[in-house]
Amino acid sequence: MTVLEQPGSSRNKSSLAGPPPAWQPRVDPTPLLPDAEPYRLLGTDAAARLDSGLLTRLYTELVRGRRYNAQATALTRQGRLAVYPSSTGQEACEVAAALALEDRDWLFPSYRDTLAAVARGLDPVQALTLLRGDWHNGYDPQEHRIAPLCTPLATQLPHAVGLAHAARLKGDEVVALAMVGDGGTSEGDFHEALNFAALWQAPVVFLVQNNGFAISVPLAKQTAAPSLAHKAVGYGMPGRLVDGNDAPAMHEVLTEAVARARRGGGPTLIEAVTYRIEAHTNADDATRYRSDAEVETWQAHDPIALLERELAARDLLTDAFVGATRDGAEQLAADLRERMNADPEVDPMDLFTHVFAEQTSQLRAQAAQLRAELDAESAGHTEDAAGTDGSAEEARP
Amino acid sequence: MTTTAPATARKPATMAQALTRALRDAMADDPSVHVMGEDVGTLGGVFRVTDGLAKEFGEDRCTDTALAEAGILGTAVGMAMYGLRPVVEMQFDAFAYPAFEQLISHVARMRNRTRGALTMPLTIRIPYGGGIGGVEHHSDSSEAYYLATPGLQVVTPATVEDAYGLLRAAIASDDPVVFLEPKRLYWSKADWSPDAPTEVAPLGRARIRRRGSSATLITYGPSLPVCMEAAEAAGAEGWDLEVVDLRSLMPFDDETVCASVRRTGRAVVVHESNGFGGPGGEIAARITERCFHHLEAPVLRVAGFDIPYPPPMLERHHLPGVDRILDTVARLQWESDWTEGRGE
Repeated sequence: MTVLEQPGSSRNKSSLAGPPPAWQPRVDPTPLLPDAEPYRLLGTDAAARLDSGLLTRLYTELVRGRRYNAQATALTRQGRLAVYPSSTGQEACEVAAALALEDRDWLFPSYRDTLAAVARGLDPVQALTLLRGDWHNGYDPQEHRIAPLCTPLATQLPHAVGLAHAARLKGDEVVALAMVGDGGTSEGDFHEALNFAALWQAPVVFLVQNNGFAISVPLAKQTAAPSLAHKAVGYGMPGRLVDGNDAPAMHEVLTEAVARARRGGGPTLIEAVTYRIEAHTNADDATRYRSDAEVETWQAHDPIALLERELAARDLLTDAFVGATRDGAEQLAADLRERMNADPEVDPMDLFTHVFAEQTSQLRAQAAQLRAELDAESAGHTEDAAGTDGSAEEARP
Repeated sequence: MTTTAPATARKPATMAQALTRALRDAMADDPSVHVMGEDVGTLGGVFRVTDGLAKEFGEDRCTDTALAEAGILGTAVGMAMYGLRPVVEMQFDAFAYPAFEQLISHVARMRNRTRGALTMPLTIRIPYGGGIGGVEHHSDSSEAYYLATPGLQVVTPATVEDAYGLLRAAIASDDPVVFLEPKRLYWSKADWSPDAPTEVAPLGRARIRRRGSSATLITYGPSLPVCMEAAEAAGAEGWDLEVVDLRSLMPFDDETVCASVRRTGRAVVVHESNGFGGPGGEIAARITERCFHHLEAPVLRVAGFDIPYPPPMLERHHLPGVDRILDTVARLQWESDWTEGRGE
């Protein structure tokens, strides 16, 4: 007999009293539940109310984003980047994340969200420092209000909660947008961040990009929940499900969640249903775990193509506009290519500069050791140079 | 830098009271100091170290959090990013383990990762060590884990006065501090004036607690009183022991330790945590590298056994006591004879 089969184990049949009458559900779960289908605007009647200026802005950013992804991937083949996790196919999520925020807000990206940082205005070369490997982070997070690209999964989410909470304690109307993938929702930090955010009613928006796979593991092996957006209910915050390839829908849902957080309405969990068109990174072989047919289905639901249909229906997809957009994207890529093809300057002494505010005696000693090694190395180079010098050859017996 | 104020009334105070006073003074001096953790508010902490802070400074400044150590530390990281100085309590040594990823992957390296643009002025208070009859997971000495992580300062007071001064220094530090509170000394008392340490002492300075000439005991936290007792007892056997209290394991005060060992020629490192892979190995290696020609005997260690922390009815056999320290000190002589070829 299992526990479940024991007499009286079912609450309904139990003759024992229930919880004392003081017990009340804390929140009515119904308004927190996500819709059954991902929210869409493109291709629906509601698309008619969309502002043309917003649509052209989104289109420009999507095209730039795709070109950026292609260029960064090309740079890995040339050995200029150690690795690049492409967000091709997910550009609408990245762009919406950037455009939904005001300057005073903070973005907490995962390692795949370089594009969101660039769309927010970060210098593309600075955004790639981690992936090039000249340092772990190439920009001042305070200046751009973009946390460092986070490599451990979901650990940046509690940071976003803490920052948003601190801002509110100080009376600043700052919102934090935290990005995570579907795989990251299985991590403990995801749970703890959502729980804290809801308890504190922190002005945070959690954006889950459900791109189908955590490296090779599909969502079906990641969660048994009806959707990732449903997880919100358990924490007492609203969950929203949105088509991650529908740029205006993404923009609208995120903008609403950000506005709600700003006016004290608390956190929101948004699941963007999208797809990773490229492999996990350039080092991954996606053919081992998914079919070409599946990829093609999603390519037919491409965020740029979806938006182009709406622009064409409005006669906005003119040759001049498309050409100017492409030129802008090419310029971005050319600039990135050119600047990334220069070897970055790295100072070995930086290894010791930023461990502690005040250098320890141990680190001072190690810095002196490295300094001596570098001096010996450069002296050796000078000797080598002298050795290959013509006059030195003549001087030999 | 520590100065002594004009004679103010010195009354018996416990280490726990000194810690409370340090938190209170830090919060009063700096509105960016926030105390957070499970039970730190209404209850005042399970050891009452945060007693009265929520009432005095409000729940926004002294916050009872949900029971989630990674969440407590992870949100504190974000708060520090926005200019606050969180002081996080982990309640018991082994309860800190769920927060290890935040500590190691973010707290310890945020300054380094961002080239100093983001700093982590965080203090993580962790009651640690045994001797209070705690059941499993309530008596660990985890300092070696923290020491193994570059970017963390690791500080542990052994006296009532240091509990105040070092905690003030930890909170004032612009870098993260793992502040290990020896829980069996929480109720140790001293005649102490809270007004005495008017300036915050720099972290990373060891202090000689007892002058001696024939060997140096190097210790910290809960083992300091044990070493002091051993040093007194050793006098009867002709040993004049010096006792060095490290106070801070990182930064490590090579200067004070090595100067002492060069004077005495013999050294024993004493700590509760296990010997293999424990801090004593690193300390012994540093002494050997720097003081080899002054040593009359190998550097020895008195540490807890290399076992998971034992149940309370057995912990007295595990913890380094006076007798074990004295037996080890006696070996210093034998080892010295042996080294000089007289021991055969």
